Amino acid sequence: MSAIVRTEGVGKKYRRRWALQDCTLDIPEGRVCGLVGPNGAGKSTLLGLTVGLLSPTVGSIEVCGGQPAVSSAQLAKVGFVAQDTPTYAGLTVADHLRMGAHLNPRWDDAAARRRIDRLGLDLRRRAGQLSGGQRAQLALTLGLAKHPDLLVLDEPVASLDPLARREFLQVLMEAVAEEGVSVLLSSHLVSDLERVCDHLIVLVDSQVKVSGDVDELLDTHHRLSGPLREEQGLPSDQSVVWSSHTDRQSTYVVRTDSPILDPAWSVTPLGLEDLVLAYLTATPTPSSASASAGRGLEVLR
Amino acid sequence: MIWMSWRQARTQIVAVLALVGAACIWLAATGPALARLAHRNTYVYDLLSRNDRLLFNGGIAVLALAPAVLGIFWGGPLVARELETGTYRLAWNQSVTRRRWLAVKLGFAVAATVVAVGILTLAITWWAHPIDGALGSRHGGLPSRLSPIPFAMRGIVPIAYAVFALVLATLVGLVLRRSLPAMAVTLALYAFVQIAVPLWVRPHLVPSTSTTTVISAGTIDGLSMDDAGTITLSTRVAPGNWVLTDQTVDAHGRPAALPTWFNSCLPPPPGPGQARSQAGAVTSRGTLDRCLTRLDRAGYRQHVVYQPASHFWPLQWVETSLYLAGSALLCFLSFWWIRHRLA
Repeated sequence: MSAIVRTEGVGKKYRRRWALQDCTLDIPEGRVCGLVGPNGAGKSTLLGLTVGLLSPTVGSIEVCGGQPAVSSAQLAKVGFVAQDTPTYAGLTVADHLRMGAHLNPRWDDAAARRRIDRLGLDLRRRAGQLSGGQRAQLALTLGLAKHPDLLVLDEPVASLDPLARREFLQVLMEAVAEEGVSVLLSSHLVSDLERVCDHLIVLVDSQVKVSGDVDELLDTHHRLSGPLREEQGLPSDQSVVWSSHTDRQSTYVVRTDSPILDPAWSVTPLGLEDLVLAYLTATPTPSSASASAGRGLEVLR
Repeated sequence: MIWMSWRQARTQIVAVLALVGAACIWLAATGPALARLAHRNTYVYDLLSRNDRLLFNGGIAVLALAPAVLGIFWGGPLVARELETGTYRLAWNQSVTRRRWLAVKLGFAVAATVVAVGILTLAITWWAHPIDGALGSRHGGLPSRLSPIPFAMRGIVPIAYAVFALVLATLVGLVLRRSLPAMAVTLALYAFVQIAVPLWVRPHLVPSTSTTTVISAGTIDGLSMDDAGTITLSTRVAPGNWVLTDQTVDAHGRPAALPTWFNSCLPPPPGPGQARSQAGAVTSRGTLDRCLTRLDRAGYRQHVVYQPASHFWPLQWVETSLYLAGSALLCFLSFWWIRHRLA
C-alpha cells in the first residue's frame, strides 16, 4: 500500500528552537492515524508541514504524492481542520459553504448541505454565534466537503466538552466509513484517539518516538515484571521503552518481535494508553538525555 | 476567490461608495454656479460665499485624509486580521494557493480604492478648478493647485497615494501580524513619506525653470528681515507658479547677501506710541525705490527657480508613477513575505 504522507529527515526550526527534529515517517493510505504527544511536542508543527502551512527547515515531505500546498491541485487533495477550528465570525454558515464551493474544484455541495442539515445548524447563523462544538462541526464539514484524499485535524476536540467531543468523533468516523478518506489527527489525550485510530505516532520533545499500526504496536509491546534485573541482562532483541525498579523488583516495557521466553518474567499485555504513557514517560536514552532529563526525573519520583 | 473578497469587503465598499456618492451630489449641485462666477469675475475670491470656502477647504481636508484612511483601514487588517484570528489557516487550505489568495484580495482592495478615491479626486478637482489660485482684489486668495498642499489633493496623485497606503498597510500587517499596530506603523510611515516627498522629491521630478530678473520697484514684491537683521528680497512671480528658491545674486551670478548700506534704506521701525504719518510712508517708499535702483546698478539681480503652472500635469504624472512604482515594490515584498516568511 502506498504512503499518503512520507517524510524524510524533516526538521523545523523556529528562530533558535527546533520544534521538530529528524522526523522520518511513512503513513499508509486509508488509515486513521493518531498523532499523540504532550503539549509542545511538535504535533502542530508536523501537521502544519503536512498541509503546507509551514515549510520544513531541513528534509523533505511528500503528501498524496506531491509537495504540500505547492499548487491548487495539491491543496485540493488535503483537507485541514486547524486547531481551535477557525471560521470567519462575521460570515454565516451558508457563506462558509459558498466559500467552499467557490474555492474548491472537488467541492461536494450536496454532501455539505446534507451534513449541516443533519447537524441541525441554521444556515443563516453567523459562525461567531455558534457554540464551540458547532463551530468544530462546521470546520469538519468544510474539510470533508473538499473531498480530500487526506483529512488533517489538529487537536479538533481539545476545546470541546465530552458530549461534543463524542459527537465530533462519531461524525468523523461516519465520514471516514462513507468516503474512505485517510485521516491524520492529533491529540494530547490518548483516550480521544483510542476509539478511532488504527495507526499511531507518538511525538515527544520534537522527536518521533514510535509509529506504526495500532495492532502491530500492541502485539510487539509487553510489560515484564519480575525480580530485580539490570537492563543489560535483557536479550538484545528486546528494546526497553520504559523501566522502573524497586529494591527487589524490576518492571520493563519492552518492544520486541519475538516471543518472551524467560520464565522469570510475568508478561502482561499493554493497552494503547499504557503503551503511549510508557513512551511519554520513557527513561531518557543517552542521546536525548539532556532534553528530557527533567521530564524523566519527574516521572520516576 | 473573487466572491470571497467581495463577501468580506462588501460592507466597506458600499459604505465608502455611498459617502463618495453623497460628496459628488453636493459638488455637482454647487459646482456649475461656481464656474459661472469665476468665468465672469477676475477677483473671485472676494465673491466666494462661506459655503464655497468651506467646501474648498473641506475638499482639501477630505482628499488629504481619504487616501490615508482608506489605505490604512483597509490594508492594515486585510491580511493581519486573518493572521490574528487564525482564519488564514482555513483560507490557506482551500484549493487556492497563497499567492493567488493574496493577489485577488489585494487586487480587489486596490481596485475598490482606486474607484472610490478616483471619483472623489476627479470630482473635487473639477469643482475646485475655477477657483484654484483665485485672487482677491486687495488681499487674500486661495492657494494655486501647484502649491505643495493643494497639489496633493488635486488631479490623479491622491489615487496613487491611496494605493501606496493600502499596499504599505498590507505589507506591514503581514510582517507585524496584528491589525492595530500595523495601522499605527503605516500611519507613521505614510505621514513621513507624505512630508518628505513635497520637501525633497517633488521639486526635482520635472526640471524646474529659472530666471534672473533685474531689481526694480516693479519686479520686487516685498522684502523681509529676519531676527538677525538679514534682509531678503522676494521677486514678483506670476500667480500659479511654485517658487522653489528666490535669492539675490551679485554681478558674478553668485548668491550674495545684500550690501550693508541697504539697511539704511529701510524706514526705521515704528516706535511704540509713535504715529506714522502718510508723508513718512511716501518718503520711505521713494528712498526704497532709489535704493533698489542703486542695487541694480551695482549688478545685483534676483535669481528665481520655480515650477511654472504649466508643469502641473507633468508633475502629477511623474509623482503618480513614482508612488505606483513604490507600491509595486511593496506588493512584490508582500508576495515574497507570504511565501517565504510565513511558513
